Amino acid sequence: MARLPPPARALITALCLAAAWPSGAQPPSPTAEPRPMVEDGHYLMRGGAAVYGRLCAACHMADAKGASGAGAYPALAGDPHLASAAYAVDVVVHGRKGMPALGPLLDDDQVAAVVTYVRGHFGNDYGGMVTPEAVEAER
Amino acid sequence: MTTDAEPAAPSRRDLLGLIGVMAGSSAMYAAMTELGVAQPTAFQGPAKLSAPPPGASVLILGAGVAGMVAAMELRDAGYQVQVLEYQDRPGGRNWTLYGGDTYTELGGATQHIAFDKGIYLNPGPWRIPYDHQGILHYARRLGVAMEPFTQINFNAYVHSTKAYGGKPRRYREVQADFQGHVAELLGKSAREGALDQTVTREDREILMTALKGWGALDDNYEYKAGLAASGRRGWARDPGGGLTGAPTPSEPAALADVLGSGLWRSVGAGDNYLVQHAIFQPKGGMGMIGKAMGRELGPLIQYNAKVVDIRQDGAGVTVTYVDARAGGPPRTATAQWCVCTIPLPVLGQIPMTVGAPLKAAIDHMAYHPSLKVGLQFKRRFWEEDEQIYGGITYTDMPNTQIAYPMYDYFSTGKGLLLGAYVSTPESYLEAAKSPQERIRDALYWGSKIHPQYMAEYECGAAVAWHRVPWILGCASQWTEATRAQHYANLCAIDGRIVLAGEHASYLGGWQEGAVTSATDAITRIHQRVTAS
Repeated sequence: MARLPPPARALITALCLAAAWPSGAQPPSPTAEPRPMVEDGHYLMRGGAAVYGRLCAACHMADAKGASGAGAYPALAGDPHLASAAYAVDVVVHGRKGMPALGPLLDDDQVAAVVTYVRGHFGNDYGGMVTPEAVEAER
Repeated sequence: MTTDAEPAAPSRRDLLGLIGVMAGSSAMYAAMTELGVAQPTAFQGPAKLSAPPPGASVLILGAGVAGMVAAMELRDAGYQVQVLEYQDRPGGRNWTLYGGDTYTELGGATQHIAFDKGIYLNPGPWRIPYDHQGILHYARRLGVAMEPFTQINFNAYVHSTKAYGGKPRRYREVQADFQGHVAELLGKSAREGALDQTVTREDREILMTALKGWGALDDNYEYKAGLAASGRRGWARDPGGGLTGAPTPSEPAALADVLGSGLWRSVGAGDNYLVQHAIFQPKGGMGMIGKAMGRELGPLIQYNAKVVDIRQDGAGVTVTYVDARAGGPPRTATAQWCVCTIPLPVLGQIPMTVGAPLKAAIDHMAYHPSLKVGLQFKRRFWEEDEQIYGGITYTDMPNTQIAYPMYDYFSTGKGLLLGAYVSTPESYLEAAKSPQERIRDALYWGSKIHPQYMAEYECGAAVAWHRVPWILGCASQWTEATRAQHYANLCAIDGRIVLAGEHASYLGGWQEGAVTSATDAITRIHQRVTAS
């Protein structure tokens, strides 16, 4: 953890006191209720974009370009593996290496929607709808 | 006055003292264990390593707790030791954020931590139970001062959005009401003969006495408003002195309300063996241990070293690494043996010459997620307004708990709450948000319990472990099935490489797992070295 030199530290402290919230972000508001997205251990968001943005983006990032540190999260943007819808469904449902199995948290509709979405966005153009039945068959 | 009476039989203490004097402390310990006084913990002392052959060398990957324990013991025994660490600091998950620190997560969001002096957040481990004698041993060896950690505070809250109109209840009241009603019910059953099949007549009397005490029942074995119940759950008006000091008993909640509230789920949060008092925390932050280990090892640790390849042959191990910050040409480090503590999600991505069983064990594991949010407030309103000194409030909201600072009590200055400690499945959703959004969520949740939040908030920090660049998750998670399939393979020496860390232990996510795993791993390596 890099420690900043004292002047920078003092500046940041001053900023903290002057404006507790970083510029550009919404100030915290007690009315800003985070939309509940989980019920009984299952995710509630519907539609491929919502499932991707709220869940998958945690690791693959909002732009699907992944990220790299000591290890990396693979990019899904322009990912040739996505040519196989069955592969993508399998990875989402059962996980793979560091990626957790999301099958228990998502229903067939959600998995179908998010795989369809990723295969048709972020520079991927594999077309075709993945059906909930195809997901059910992979479980 | 003299007597010629026989000397009394030596007490157990006398006997132990004698054994200690005559045979030394290890015999004393063995004798105490025999007598049931001393309970052996998983940590049986540091690895006992004899002098290795001249030139024996071990390369250690990762300067977290496991790697640094291995490095200290191997170095002390006489091995040539080198440690490669990806980060620019020692400790790994043994980590504390202070004002002035910067933290950049995967995706690029950078937090400039703005906490005041003396205020800190432990994003990872934050408590050490008394029986974790391994990590406590190293803290003691390195002079890291400890102070108490409070798991259960009877005056903190339990809270459910679905009970009591979302108003928090004191832990004390809920525990007393739950136990009181259960004791009354059981007592009624016993007196009506419903338990005669399982409880003898004599035991029934004992049981009634026990239930009365355990449940704070009155003389009629009833749990209701009165001195007995209020002596447990607290008073409507506390006892005081003088003419105005008479107490007013409080009214227990009805059984149906207690059961329906679901708050009983949080009662007993400190019963788990892993969090039974006494529990400790290092003064000034958990990271004090990692820092002390790093100081102890000094130049033996090569920082900013990103491992990109791990090779072994019959003679030794060659590890290729690059400068994690500056880049530049790859460099190599070699040794006869390698202790690898790199977290599994990262290790699985590094090319490595190991057998298929170990590779499969490394690759099978996804780490569980976790989020911690620290919130700095202008004043310690939980102490000033609500008389909550340390401990934890439990809630059914996604933040799951609010932990109060367990140091600097009664200080008039600022303080930091652990405002969220989120696990599956909400944790992934929080990881997908910006640090500012995570803090906003924590503020929203916390303000349902402490309305002072919004007026008193100053600044915060949020660490979502799946965004931490050097681990890609919080900690290992095993099931009985995966342990049966992979655990022995993960721990076995593969050629000249052995893995260590909390992931190679039955104490997943606990630093004690890292210490005992490292102790076990280097003991086995040493056996190979001295056998050859």
